[in-house]
Amino acid sequence: MTVNTTSARDTETLDRVIIRFAGDSGDGMQLVGDRFTELSAAFGNDLATLPNFPAEIRAPAGTIAGVSSFQVHISDHDIVTPGDAPNVLVAMNPAALKANLRDMVPGTTLLVNVDTFDTRNLDKAGYESNPLRDHSLDAYTVFEVPMTSITVEATGPLGVKPRDAERSKNFFALGLICWMYSRPTQGVAEWIEKRFTGKQQVLDANLAAFKAGYAFGETAELFDHPFEVLPAKLPPGTYRNVTGNVALAYGLIAASLQAKLPLLYSSYPITPASDILHELSKHKNFGIKTLQAEDEIAAAGVAIGAAFAGSLGVTATSGPGVDLKSEAMGLAISLELPMVLVDVQRGGPSTGLPTKTEQADLLLAMYGRHGEAPLPIVAAKSPADCFDAAFEAVRIALKYRTPVMLLTDGYLANGAEPWVLPDVDALPDISVPFATKPNHGDAFWPYLRDADTLARPWAIPGTPGLMHRVGGLEKEEGTGNVSYEPENHERMVHIRAQKIAGIARDIPPVDHDPDPGADVLVLSWGSVWGVAESAVSRIRARGRRIGRAHLRHLNPFPADLGDVLRSYRMIVVPEMNLGQLSKLVRADFLVDARSITKMQGLPFGAAELEQKILEMMD
Amino acid sequence: MTTSDDQGVGVKLARKDFQSDQEVRWCPGCGDYGILAAIQFLMPDLGVKPEEMVFVSGIGCAARLPYYMNTYGIHSIHGRAPAIATGVALARPDLHVWVIGGDGDMLSIGGNHLIHALRRNVNLTIVMFNNQIYGLTKGQYSPTSEMGKVTKSTPFGSLDHPFNPISVALGAEASFVARTHDMDRKHMMEMFRRAHEHRGGAFVEVYQNCNVFNDGAFDTILNKDARANMLIDLKHGEPVRFGTERELGVTMNEYGEAKIVRIEEVGEDRLVVHDEHRRDPSLAFSLSRIADHPNMPTPVGIFRDVERPTYEGELQAQLVHAVERSGPGELAALLRSAPTWEVN
Repeated sequence: MTVNTTSARDTETLDRVIIRFAGDSGDGMQLVGDRFTELSAAFGNDLATLPNFPAEIRAPAGTIAGVSSFQVHISDHDIVTPGDAPNVLVAMNPAALKANLRDMVPGTTLLVNVDTFDTRNLDKAGYESNPLRDHSLDAYTVFEVPMTSITVEATGPLGVKPRDAERSKNFFALGLICWMYSRPTQGVAEWIEKRFTGKQQVLDANLAAFKAGYAFGETAELFDHPFEVLPAKLPPGTYRNVTGNVALAYGLIAASLQAKLPLLYSSYPITPASDILHELSKHKNFGIKTLQAEDEIAAAGVAIGAAFAGSLGVTATSGPGVDLKSEAMGLAISLELPMVLVDVQRGGPSTGLPTKTEQADLLLAMYGRHGEAPLPIVAAKSPADCFDAAFEAVRIALKYRTPVMLLTDGYLANGAEPWVLPDVDALPDISVPFATKPNHGDAFWPYLRDADTLARPWAIPGTPGLMHRVGGLEKEEGTGNVSYEPENHERMVHIRAQKIAGIARDIPPVDHDPDPGADVLVLSWGSVWGVAESAVSRIRARGRRIGRAHLRHLNPFPADLGDVLRSYRMIVVPEMNLGQLSKLVRADFLVDARSITKMQGLPFGAAELEQKILEMMD
Repeated sequence: MTTSDDQGVGVKLARKDFQSDQEVRWCPGCGDYGILAAIQFLMPDLGVKPEEMVFVSGIGCAARLPYYMNTYGIHSIHGRAPAIATGVALARPDLHVWVIGGDGDMLSIGGNHLIHALRRNVNLTIVMFNNQIYGLTKGQYSPTSEMGKVTKSTPFGSLDHPFNPISVALGAEASFVARTHDMDRKHMMEMFRRAHEHRGGAFVEVYQNCNVFNDGAFDTILNKDARANMLIDLKHGEPVRFGTERELGVTMNEYGEAKIVRIEEVGEDRLVVHDEHRRDPSLAFSLSRIADHPNMPTPVGIFRDVERPTYEGELQAQLVHAVERSGPGELAALLRSAPTWEVN
């Protein structure tokens, strides 16, 4: 090793970089990815992240199945995706290299923990020969770093046993990357001290490993110069880093405050939605009641009971849980009570890909109940946007006395991005009045509707004179009494449909970014928003004309959607399913909508999507 | 009770104040009529206004009951009433929430919700009408039907071993467990009153005759002339004894099993003295095992009534404690609870 210091070297400035940390699921890759993200956020970079981990808590060590990775895209300008191909891959073992190499473009950098490239680990990863020796990696810039042995060496003087010392090697890797990308290190040191308080030896070992990694970068001849990514020029404001699930939880809290209703949140643990429960259960000083229910069905039932009693009832789950809750959603539609069901979509069918992302529950949300059972659907477009989407879902639920489905997905839930904090004083009042008086002479009719919204009155227990019974049986229009009368049923079916359709008058027009002369429109929903925007920018940068539109409301659609779609020759719909939104817009508007689909449990990449759209345009 | 109307004039509530304007539509002769009457007769004496009462039910004949009560009510979906009622009770601990359902609703499709509501000790008065048959779907066997029962779905006899609902409730950690029957309004009213007064999850099993699909299921024990010898009336603090001459009693063997004995053969001091308030549910459980089917002497009354913190009470305490510890929640501060940075 040389004794050169950074001062003797030049620092190269990059406008963006994509780093992927990959290792065994026991190697702590999510942890160091998170740390690097927080550091970069605090430094002022714009960023987007993509965690990717196995469904098993501990898949067999060293195997491809056990590989866990965390990708972070940092930039000095506004970015909307976690990036496509990484510029740097940190591979902690042969399996991590093998599983991720296909995403690496020739010329990019591989930083491998050479200590793990022994026969046993190569076998487990399915390598017949050592890729570090057989020239198969010649197209890449490969840095072989003995991460394990240096970590053991650095922590040895602390009295740490080699077996325990090895576990700090993720912090070595973090230190190395921090040096490469000129991250300030103070934050990490402070975090390590706080996180491992009370476990002095672990604390010391991690700190020593982190410093050793940083020093290795500074002193080794492996890298000729460090890189830096300057702070991004984002719109002014106060920023923090946030994941989708946390933003969603905050959105519910904000909505409960602005609705002046206590929040009762009940759910059953399920990946990737559980973090919403974890987050909300921390904030009891907001008066939030949380219940971990005995099953998915009970979780929905508790929310319905809470709504009847005058609280804001919310439940969340992922695909399999939505299946189980569908009967309860039908009840909520029949009772016409406000509630929100969050579906953090993951790969299906059945248990599918619990930790991977997908958007294949759109038609389930639209149609996944027996009978004519419409409900509004709202979808979040980015991790931070989960805040606004949750607020909007609650607003609609309360105003129209209806269950609302809020769709996010695994990528949004676990992905992070900088969030310009909203002005809490400027959040709208979304409270709705409870009924307090009879509405039909001396009688109270629970299904006598508001002429404008078609919402029925919300009379809560404890209100004298308004005692009433509601149920899943068909009700007589107005009185709400049980009715099997044929014409009444048909009328009620139409009223329930009209009530939901009428919400179109109360939502903003399509988020439409036209391009003069364009005859092709890219129409996205949910988390495809960011990558669709990137792909469209790239296509426009080639001098091609193309329009872009994005849908937050999937049911009802914005009132102007038909006009927007019909102004193009062709609609291209990229979605992580087999064409569910394209089916809906074809059916509703008879337009030439074509799908670009991806079903790999991973988001589209911008270059990938750009290519696919160009193929359709030509 | 006496309550005040808008003019502040004292008004005595009566049964009719708890009757809705809906026509009651059970089959003529159904045991449900008697149970509904017992509930409606009891209501004015509970000191609770109609608007403070919520009746939640699932699906089945029994589950129609909320429509007939002039209170707040939800006729929900099959089996889920305990979960929905849990939502009502958690949101509004000031309300009095009753759950009404049958043996199929509560022990088959909704068994999971029942046991979890009981173990959590949510403040619910749960009344399970047990007629040992599916009535609304026209006569299939239920989870409390006896083995070998011939029904439409079991033409060669049921192979299912039945639940003992009292044992199930005790096993689910219920803090209040009682049994009554539809032939004795006074007894029903007393059991319902005690269940209502109990703070926590109260489970009351009501033997109820389905005169269309399972007529006479309880005749062996409930016929007027059979009751003295076939019903064991549990009384707190008293030896467990019954019979026309009060000549029969219950003792405990070395394994803790309750046995019916002739008092003259064992002596009165060997009899079990009933204690509703024993924290350990073993005594109550042993008593619940005396009869595995209503064709032998069957205990009725309160098996267990113990105090345990209610779920909503503890939940409320956590909210209060959180405010004491961290102050009332402030949204702006919450959003800034992670490191922030300014962009100008």
